[in-house]
Amino acid sequence: MGIAELQGYGYVALTSLLVLILYGYIYHLYTKKRDSDGHDYEEYSNMALRDDIDDAPVSAISDDKEK
Amino acid sequence: MENRPLEYDYTVAKMFMFATIALGIVGMLVGVILAFELAFPGVNTILGSGVAEYTNFSRLRPLHTDAIIFGFTLSGIFATWYYVGQRVLKVSMAESGLLMFLGKLHFWLYLVIVASVVVTLLAGITTSKEYAEFEWPIDIAVVIVWVVWGMSIFGLIGIRREKSLYISMWYYIATFLGIAMLYVFNNMEIPTILGTNGIGESGFGDWWHSVSMYAGANDAMVQWWYGHNAVAFGLTVPIVAMIYYFLPKESGQAIYSYKLSLLSFWGLMFVYIWAGGHHLIYSTIPDWVQTMASVFSVILILPSWGSAINMLLTMKGEWQQVASSPLIKFMVLGSTFYMFSTLEGPIQAIKSVNAIAHFTDWIVGHVHDGTLGWVGFMIMASLFHMAPRVFKREIYSKSLMATQFWIQTLGVVLYFTSMWIAGITQGMMWRAHDEFGNLAYSFIDTVTVLHPYYTIRAVGGTLYLVGFLLFSYNIYKTMSARPVEESELQNASPMGA
Ligand code: HEM
Ligand code: HEM
Repeated sequence: MGIAELQGYGYVALTSLLVLILYGYIYHLYTKKRDSDGHDYEEYSNMALRDDIDDAPVSAISDDKEK
Repeated sequence: MENRPLEYDYTVAKMFMFATIALGIVGMLVGVILAFELAFPGVNTILGSGVAEYTNFSRLRPLHTDAIIFGFTLSGIFATWYYVGQRVLKVSMAESGLLMFLGKLHFWLYLVIVASVVVTLLAGITTSKEYAEFEWPIDIAVVIVWVVWGMSIFGLIGIRREKSLYISMWYYIATFLGIAMLYVFNNMEIPTILGTNGIGESGFGDWWHSVSMYAGANDAMVQWWYGHNAVAFGLTVPIVAMIYYFLPKESGQAIYSYKLSLLSFWGLMFVYIWAGGHHLIYSTIPDWVQTMASVFSVILILPSWGSAINMLLTMKGEWQQVASSPLIKFMVLGSTFYMFSTLEGPIQAIKSVNAIAHFTDWIVGHVHDGTLGWVGFMIMASLFHMAPRVFKREIYSKSLMATQFWIQTLGVVLYFTSMWIAGITQGMMWRAHDEFGNLAYSFIDTVTVLHPYYTIRAVGGTLYLVGFLLFSYNIYKTMSARPVEESELQNASPMGA
């Protein structure tokens, strides 16, 4: 097996792996719907819509400190 | 002092807004001059042959590209970063003396670089690599400014109240990291004065002059890996950061799908890096690099359209806002032009199409439907949204804004349609031959045929510049118009008549 053929197999394997990771990520996003902090991903849009300095953060840093 | 409620501090954002406007005027004015020079060669010596060195096309062209990309666009990116960054992280720059200092340092150092770039390019000092023309002393200064910007990004993130990073933040961070990596690798160069030749002589050339560390085809590949990603991380990624913040904010609509925005982000990051080879199709680089670049360019439609469609769907059920607000018009047309150029680009990246398109005006057309329609529109829209908030005044004139919108849209359309026709005509004429394989046309035949289209492009470009001057005037007057209450400014920007 020459180097070119090896490269070919490597290329196919790498592409397949990346496709798997991508679809895995899509599957994860749409089935779990929430991240590890328990926030629905869609809530994060509010970071832009409610961004005055005294608006409540979507997930405040201080929440972590209280835990 | 203690009793004053905490507010966002827009000092640095304002400074960069002024820079955006000033450099926009310079860059576009030079663009218009170039366009007229191509249509009417006499313009090259319009100020007399004594100063022709400074007014000819080849001297001014890099000034246009660098002033508009690294001047206008980059200042726009910085201005919006210093605005959006504080807001979505919910922390004010006023809370940290260090961040304030870094922000101002960033601005002044940046200005010094801009000045030295203008002077050196006009003097004809250049490495002659497209979009990487600066010589080594300027490159070192660029790295320093970039590090200062990085410190101010990560410093602000370090003291944030909002734990998660809004999607725009990801794009700004990607801009920072992407350009840092590309710029350093592509600008690896050795001052000629340090070199020695075969018989031991040394000290060649001026002290500022350098040669690339890479040679031949390798140099070309590194150059276009950089060049394409200058497009990616300078003219696309940070502009997506802007639209993800300013469109939802101005329209009051949540992003259609936040999940889709995450997905598109990773897709774009991964695919963009591999597409640079499409600038070198049918050149002396390895065939597989060309094929890979072609394939990745076509895949690139997906993440690009993922963001653009996400933005258009954000307006779902709210399309009356497009009719009533010129600001929303700019952004919606901007994302439409983004879709347009990210469809056109992949088509041009297909080998057989590139065989016709490469070296022709069609590429220039592609460049400017992306930059005028997408980059320019989004930066102006962002500044329009920021102006009432940073100056605490309503936008001076809504009707002037609407007029500007239509003038510039016409300008963009004239620009890219004329370049399409010119480009494809050129491509076809260059390859036409008779039954014996003799070329059917000489170069000058194409020049004659293209003249009217070059004139149309110059007119289109002038309209765009006129629109930009209206924009500058509108912002200038906004600074002195009637004050408005801070509390009115939740979503739609207030506008005077
Ligand atoms: C899916 C996305 C895109 C793809 C696949 C793509 C593809 C291409 C191709 C094939 C070329 C021509 C190379 C040649 O033959 O010389 C090109 C040139 C160029 N494109 Fe794109 N394009 C995309 C999006 C964009 C966008 C959004 C912008 C700007 C906002 C842009 C700016 C440019 C520039 C500045 C050049 C000219 C570079 C030069 O030759 O100096 N592109 N692009
Ligand atoms: C008033 C508006 C503008 C006019 C009239 C204009 C005109 C021109 C002209 C005549 C050229 C040279 C084309 C050639 O060599 O054949 C050019 C190149 C270029 N312009 Fe503009 N321009 C304008 C705005 C912009 C903006 C806003 C951007 C970016 C944000 C931009 C980016 C570029 C780039 C990247 C190139 C190099 C393209 C390539 O090498 O293929 N221009 N422009």
